[in-house]
Amino acid sequence: MIGKADQIFVLLQHWIMGFFPPAWQAVVGILLGVVAILIVFPTLFALSVLLERKGLGRMQNRYGPNRVGPCGILQPVADAVKALIKEDIVPFKADALVHFIAPLVLVVAVFMGFAVLPVGRNMVLVDMDASLLFFFAMGASTELAVFMAGWSSHNKYSLLGAMRAVAQMISYEVPLLMTTVVVVMISGSLSLVKIVEAQNHFSGIFPHWYVFTPWGLAGFVLFLIASMAETNRSPFDLPEGESEIIAGYFTEYSGFKFALFFLGEYVGMLGIAGLGTTLFLGGWAAPFAFLNWVPSWFWFFAKIMLWICFFIWMRGTMPRLRQDQLMNFAWKFMLPMTLINLMVAALWRFVDEAWLRWAVCWIIVIGAYVAMGRMGMRRKRIAPRRYRYAE
Amino acid sequence: MSFAFYLISALTVAGGLAAVLLRNIVHCVLALTVAFAGLALLFLQLDAQFAGFAQILIYIGAVAILVIFAILLTRDPQVSQGKGMFSRTWVTGLLIAAAVFAVMGWAVLASAPALPNETSTPSVTVLQIGDALMSRYILPLEILALLLTAAIIGAVIVAMHEKVRSK
Amino acid sequence: MTGIVTPLTGYLVVAALLFSIGLAGALTRRNAILVLIGIELMLNAANLNLIAFWRYAPHPEALTGMMFAIFSIAVAAGEAAVGLGLVIAIYRHAHTTDLDQLSRMKG
Repeated sequence: MIGKADQIFVLLQHWIMGFFPPAWQAVVGILLGVVAILIVFPTLFALSVLLERKGLGRMQNRYGPNRVGPCGILQPVADAVKALIKEDIVPFKADALVHFIAPLVLVVAVFMGFAVLPVGRNMVLVDMDASLLFFFAMGASTELAVFMAGWSSHNKYSLLGAMRAVAQMISYEVPLLMTTVVVVMISGSLSLVKIVEAQNHFSGIFPHWYVFTPWGLAGFVLFLIASMAETNRSPFDLPEGESEIIAGYFTEYSGFKFALFFLGEYVGMLGIAGLGTTLFLGGWAAPFAFLNWVPSWFWFFAKIMLWICFFIWMRGTMPRLRQDQLMNFAWKFMLPMTLINLMVAALWRFVDEAWLRWAVCWIIVIGAYVAMGRMGMRRKRIAPRRYRYAE
Repeated sequence: MSFAFYLISALTVAGGLAAVLLRNIVHCVLALTVAFAGLALLFLQLDAQFAGFAQILIYIGAVAILVIFAILLTRDPQVSQGKGMFSRTWVTGLLIAAAVFAVMGWAVLASAPALPNETSTPSVTVLQIGDALMSRYILPLEILALLLTAAIIGAVIVAMHEKVRSK
Repeated sequence: MTGIVTPLTGYLVVAALLFSIGLAGALTRRNAILVLIGIELMLNAANLNLIAFWRYAPHPEALTGMMFAIFSIAVAAGEAAVGLGLVIAIYRHAHTTDLDQLSRMKG
């Protein structure tokens, strides 16, 4: 079942490791994995930036970048060169050390998360027992980096942006964590490798991904929303609301440090997309049984790029939320829904009869969704908007 | 006693020292996070993976951020009034702390020969921790849940504007 | 210190040092938030002790020290939330977080 193409990178790693004495092999193996991560994900970052600019351009009825290279595909290279040769400005009143460390902390924390993501069969850098917890621990460290950036700039817009970002990330981290607890409850493991393996089964040609169960679907949707907020993506991009606070916490950054923030943001997006894929969409598992011959890493990257495309689509579609709407949504809708979802997962785990648990779980999930939506909307008078034209 | 241990503990202690000595409170919190991260690394060295990651998640991700919010919502007295950063009774406090350290250090070093030297590495999986939490430690867990709920409600009520309450 | 420093002793010394630093911070600083920071450091030092004793105990499978540390981390998070809430409430009332000025028992 496992073809050469599937394991090509693992074999490559072992082949290179073979050139070193046995005592060095473990270190070399890990270094190779790190290098691979440091090459692949920035490349994907460049790709998704290009995709975003072109896709958004199309959505807004314009071409997007089309000057550099054929059809503008070399635009990320031009952007990188521009960022590198720009002057690096540190504000006079800035806290120079913290200002310098903040982007580094962000990028390091973001890249650390990839160490535990299984990008293919046997392709994970560190297979540890508590890898999900590790991923979230690293994600929590980015909040601090954001605050450091905003505070050290000594600029009120930066500080406002940082406080918005931190408040938002803390608020949405709670539902984000709670939705993943559901998966942990069912699969019985915090190890991402084991979670993927638990989903890599087929009945007929259809896969056993968690997204195809009531609690999985609810968890997936909640995770998707929370991940958008966690990565400060539109419609939750208040921390960098251009029309209000210039560029948020990285207003005072320029040149390479700005590029690092940009990189951190997109790589963080890729990371959270990878986590969501791993938890709900079967990770590297093929979508249909007859597609098992396609290498597993292909599926992983295809799924996260699909996820990124969804993010871009949302950015092109949704208007930005207001701060109170953002917080109300997190605490009054997302959090209760995730708690109900936990109960649904527990029911799913302990009710044995198949049809009964499907029916009960669907009823609870949909009922809760409708009830919460009604309650949230109750006081808001939503009627067709009447436009008043100049008379 | 590996090199890594000395390095990490030096980092941790330096972070802790900076956290109580620096003038700027925000710098204190950042130094505190260094100390937290160092402690998490020490936990990892002690094969306590779960506790180490929980340490990072809770202390760096939540407690440090909470402290930062509290700092930004209040004004630093030494900035506003130009007084020293230590309280009037700092000599007494320092003496007490030094005495405590002397006693503890003496106790640790005096009992050093009696302490177990080397044991086999415990192979504890997260699954075992979960099992223990759900069976043997279920009562503490439930009490903790109650306590945290009470703490959330209490913190919200305490920090809420009084104007909102009187409405 | 004649070569009898076991790993456990090392961890205990670090924990004692951290605890004393935290205590010194809590007793000498004037800002209420920094006192809380000192308390957090002390709690963390205690956690380090618990984990170190768990690791070098004869029966680490029993998980007692580990559980203690995990519960203590959780309680410390609650403690920080309530403590900082109190600091903010006091600040709102007295317009200062200076503990030397907050010595009155009457509001």
